Amino acid sequence: MQIVQDYYNYWICIALMMVGLYGVIAKTNLVKKAISLGLFQTGILVFYITIAKIEGGTGPVTVSPLAGEPIYSNPLPHALMLTAIVVGVSTLAVAMALIINIREKYGTIDEHDIHRMEHEMQD
Amino acid sequence: MDFVHQHLPALVVALPLVTGLVTAMVGRRGAGWWIAMGSSAAVFALCAQLLANVAGGGSQSVTYLLGNWPIPYGIGLVVDPLNAAVLATVALIGCVVTLYARRSMAQEVPEDRSHFFWALWQFCQVGLLGITITGDAFNFYVLLEISSLSTYTLIAMGKGRDRRALTAAINYLVIGSIGACFYLLGVAYLYMVTGSLNMADIHARLQDIFATWGTDAPVYRKTVIAGFAFIMVGLSLKLALFPLHLWLPNAYTYAPAAVTALLASTATKVGAYGFIRVIYTVVGPDFAWRYLHSDYILMICAMMAILGGSLMAIRQVNVKKLLAYSSIGQIGYIALGIASDNVYGLQAAIIHIFNHALTKGAMFMAVGCVLYRVGGVRLEHLRGLGRKMPLTMAAFTIGGLGLIGVPMTAGFVSKWYLVGGTLERGWMGAAGVVLVGSVLALVYTWRCIESIYFGKREEGAPEVREAPLSMLVPTLLLAVASLYFGMDSRLTSDISAQAAHFLLGVRP
Repeated sequence: MQIVQDYYNYWICIALMMVGLYGVIAKTNLVKKAISLGLFQTGILVFYITIAKIEGGTGPVTVSPLAGEPIYSNPLPHALMLTAIVVGVSTLAVAMALIINIREKYGTIDEHDIHRMEHEMQD
Repeated sequence: MDFVHQHLPALVVALPLVTGLVTAMVGRRGAGWWIAMGSSAAVFALCAQLLANVAGGGSQSVTYLLGNWPIPYGIGLVVDPLNAAVLATVALIGCVVTLYARRSMAQEVPEDRSHFFWALWQFCQVGLLGITITGDAFNFYVLLEISSLSTYTLIAMGKGRDRRALTAAINYLVIGSIGACFYLLGVAYLYMVTGSLNMADIHARLQDIFATWGTDAPVYRKTVIAGFAFIMVGLSLKLALFPLHLWLPNAYTYAPAAVTALLASTATKVGAYGFIRVIYTVVGPDFAWRYLHSDYILMICAMMAILGGSLMAIRQVNVKKLLAYSSIGQIGYIALGIASDNVYGLQAAIIHIFNHALTKGAMFMAVGCVLYRVGGVRLEHLRGLGRKMPLTMAAFTIGGLGLIGVPMTAGFVSKWYLVGGTLERGWMGAAGVVLVGSVLALVYTWRCIESIYFGKREEGAPEVREAPLSMLVPTLLLAVASLYFGMDSRLTSDISAQAAHFLLGVRP
C-alpha cells in the first residue's frame, strides 16, 4: 500500500492513460475512440504537471523583495503543456472532421460496420 | 545575402511556414501551386547550401540559437553532417513532387479546396524539415504533430476517388497520436532525470547518470530505460517499423497520388532519422546497444519487416498497395543498417534513406501517372501500358530494378553497404535475409513488369496516352537520378561516410 500512497499522483496519471488506451482499443464507435484518445493525452499532460510540482511551491513570482527567495514549482512543464493542449485540441478537431466525413460517406460511425463494408469492396 | 547566410537554419523552417499561411489566406485558385512551388524551390536551395557548408567546412555541428536564447534555455537548431543530408533529401523530394502534384492534384481534389491542399502540403514539409533540424526534444514533438496533422488531412483528401481514404486517415490519426504521445511520455521521463530538453544537453547530463550505474548506487536506472523505451516505440510508429506498420498500407493506397509520393519518400525517412538521432546522439550507442542490447530487438524487427513486407507485397493486386508493403520491407533495410552499429551499416542506412526516397518516389509518381490516364492501379490496369506509356513505364521499371538492387541502380549501392555492415557485425543471418529480400522484391516487381510489357490491353478499352509533361518530367527526373546515384556513388558515399564517422565519433 505504501507505494500507492507515496506515488498516488503517478497512479492517477497511469490510470487516466490506461482508461484512455483501453477505450482507443476496445471501443468501436469512432467518436468514443476520439474521446479516449483525448483522455490518454490528458493523462500525459497531468504527468508533466505533476513532475513539475514541488511541495509547498508557489508560482514563480516574487511578491516582495523582503520575503526572500520563494520556493516555486518548475514553470517550464506548465508552459510545455499549454502547447501540448493546443496540439491535443487540433488532433481532436481533425478527428471530428474526419468522422463527420465518414458519416456522410458510409452512413455509420461504427468501426465494425465500416470494416464489413470495406471488406466487400474491391482492392 | 548576409542575412540569409546568417539565418539559414531558421529560414528552412520559417519560409514554408509563412508561405503556407499565405497560401491558405490568398485562396485564389491557381495561386496555391505557384506559392508552394516557389517556396519549395527556395527551401531546396537553402538546404543545398546548408549541406555544402557542412560538407565543405568540415565543421562537425553548428548550432543556431533561435531568438538568441542561449542553450539549454532556448531552442537550438542543429546542423550536422547527418541531418544536413536528410534535410537535402526531404527538400529535393518536396521540390520535385510539388512540380508533379499540380496536374495530379487538380484531378483528385475539388477546386474550391485546392488552396487548403497547398497550405497543408507546405505545413507537412514544415513539420518534416523542422523535425530534422531541431535540437530540442519537445520542439521535435510539436513539429512531429504539425507534420502528422497535415498528413492526416492530406490523406483524407483522397476521399473523392475512394471513400476508404477517410478510414485510412482516421486509423493513422489514432495510431499516429498514440505514437506521438508515447514519444512525449518518454521525453517526460528523460526530463525528470536530466532537467533538460536540449538533445545535446540531455546527452551530456545522461553521461553523469550512466557513470553511477557501474557502482553500488545506480541512480535513475529504471526511469532512463523506461523513457528510452517509450521514445523508441513512439518513433517506430512514425517510422512504420514492422509490428507497428499497420497504418501504412491503407494510408498510402488511398491518399491522392502526389501525397503518397511525398509521404513514401519523406515521412518515414524522417522517422528513421529520428531513430538515429535519439540512439546515437541523445542516449548514445553505449547505452542503447551495449547496455540494453536493443540492437538485437531492432535487428529482429528489421528482418521481420524485410520478409513480412515483401511477402505481403507479393500477394497484392493493387499496385499502390504492393508498393506500400514493399516500403515496409525497405524500412527494414534502413533499420537493419541502424542496428549494425558500424560505419558501413550506418552508411547503408543514410544512403538508403536517400536512395529509397528517389526510387519509391519515382515509382509512386509513375503509378500516379497511370492513375491519371487510366483511372485505376490494379495489376490489370497496367496491362499493355509498356507500349502506350513507354516513358512512365520505363521510370517504373528503373524503380523496380532499384528495389531489387540490380547493379547500376541506387538500390544496389545501399544493399552493398548493408551486407558489408551486417557481415562486419557478424550477423550472417541478417545478411542472408537482405539477399532473400532482394529475391522477394524480384518476384513482386516481376508481377508488375509482366503485366506492363507482356500483358495485352483488353479489346475496346479506352485509348490512353503518355502522361502530361508536367507529371512525366519529375517522374523521369527521379528515375534518372536513381540510376545516376547507382553508377556514381561518390557523392552519397562521401556524405554518408562523413555522417557515420560523426555519429560514431571516429575519425575517418
